[in-house]
Amino acid sequence: MRQDHLVAAGQLSRADVERVLDRAAEFDAALSAGGREALPARYPETVLALCFYEPSTRTKMSFETAMKRLGGQTVDMGGVDASSVSKGESLADTVRVIEGYADGLVLRHPREGAAKMAAEFVDAPVINAGDGAGQHPTQTLLDLYTIREAAGLDDLTIGIVGDLKYGRTVHSLATMLTEFDTRMHFVSPESLRLPRSVRFDLHEAGAELREHTDLDAVLPDLDVLYVTRIQRERFPDENEYEKVAGEFQIDAETLEAAKDDLTVMHPLPRVDEIDAGIDDTDHANYFEQAHNGVPVRMALLDLLFQNNE
Amino acid sequence: MSDHELRVSKIRDGTVLDHLPGGSALNVLAMLDIDGSEGTGVSVAMNVPSERLGTKDVVKVEERELSQAEVDVLSLIAPRATVNIVREYEVREKKQAERPETVSGVLACPNRSCITNDEEPVETRFDVLDDGVRCGYCEEIIREGIADHLDVT
Repeated sequence: MRQDHLVAAGQLSRADVERVLDRAAEFDAALSAGGREALPARYPETVLALCFYEPSTRTKMSFETAMKRLGGQTVDMGGVDASSVSKGESLADTVRVIEGYADGLVLRHPREGAAKMAAEFVDAPVINAGDGAGQHPTQTLLDLYTIREAAGLDDLTIGIVGDLKYGRTVHSLATMLTEFDTRMHFVSPESLRLPRSVRFDLHEAGAELREHTDLDAVLPDLDVLYVTRIQRERFPDENEYEKVAGEFQIDAETLEAAKDDLTVMHPLPRVDEIDAGIDDTDHANYFEQAHNGVPVRMALLDLLFQNNE
Repeated sequence: MSDHELRVSKIRDGTVLDHLPGGSALNVLAMLDIDGSEGTGVSVAMNVPSERLGTKDVVKVEERELSQAEVDVLSLIAPRATVNIVREYEVREKKQAERPETVSGVLACPNRSCITNDEEPVETRFDVLDDGVRCGYCEEIIREGIADHLDVT
């Protein structure tokens, strides 16, 4: 993989993705076999900076775990309130300062395009860990790893449900799925359909996609159902949120019409989109999906830092 | 435009922008960052009859020759613009606005959550599509009303 930064899913070719997933599988096997002891400390001198301007549990902790599993260290900017950001420092200045402390930066920011801009100001690799309602490419890598393990990535029919407008995981996933033989069904309320820019990219890539407002019509055809949360924090107007909150709730009854081997995924956190009654069924794959964050991010860091050695 | 319809006199040296869409002249001037503060002559004729466009605007800028790059930026709001470079009262060069691949620092991104709308030391950059423009940072696509998003601050 020849990438200096990872800011958007569209940067990665199928070969790039497969390389990350193959490496992730190696790390996954090593972690399963013997935990930390099974892995040589590949990057004992490497420091990864965690710059999270928005809350995060899974992404931040899995990046931290991944770097430490590789023998490296992390430095954490801390919350926005505790940093110079609260004094009005620009993102451009902050990343230039942090570059002096670390070998790579993981950035989550509420503004779309933040990671792309940050990458223009530093030489150290910038990894986009979510830019507003834009992109979340490392989530997509672990999503693809999970899909590959559960259903395979070719001849796949996937339904992506929920907040398609503001859902950055959706934007990155849809973009990257165009590299594979996939039929995509997008299910959302009209007001939360895919943004124009993502539809543009999918059409340009010749993707096979359909948009729906009702899940029932497509559920029986799906190999994977990717459910997302309606993101209250992205709505400019609370009334607009209330109109669509709770629109799609998946429970055991919903899944009666699904294939027996349907894989249900969710980038988490969930609110009420997936009933807890599904957690113990064979359909549920979302906790496995979250666990995959560590080996996949290990693989990504390994490939990025290898390039920079 | 025939001579009897001429509403502003010929210029000695400078640029004549013709076939601008009716009512677009002030946006064209804003795009070119021309506000009269340079002290040189600027003449504007708006909504004059045009066989080709119905009505059109004409702008004459004295003592300034627009570059091809400046002319190309105009194609976003005046795709049929013609540009004449005038020296000693004679048209010495004709330029046609062609769509550039990108435009920088000309448009403001309408996406309020775009990083370019924060206090960052970065100029906006838009990729030019066949039928619109796309923010180089947040990917927002603008198809209609591009002139409404001119960054004239």
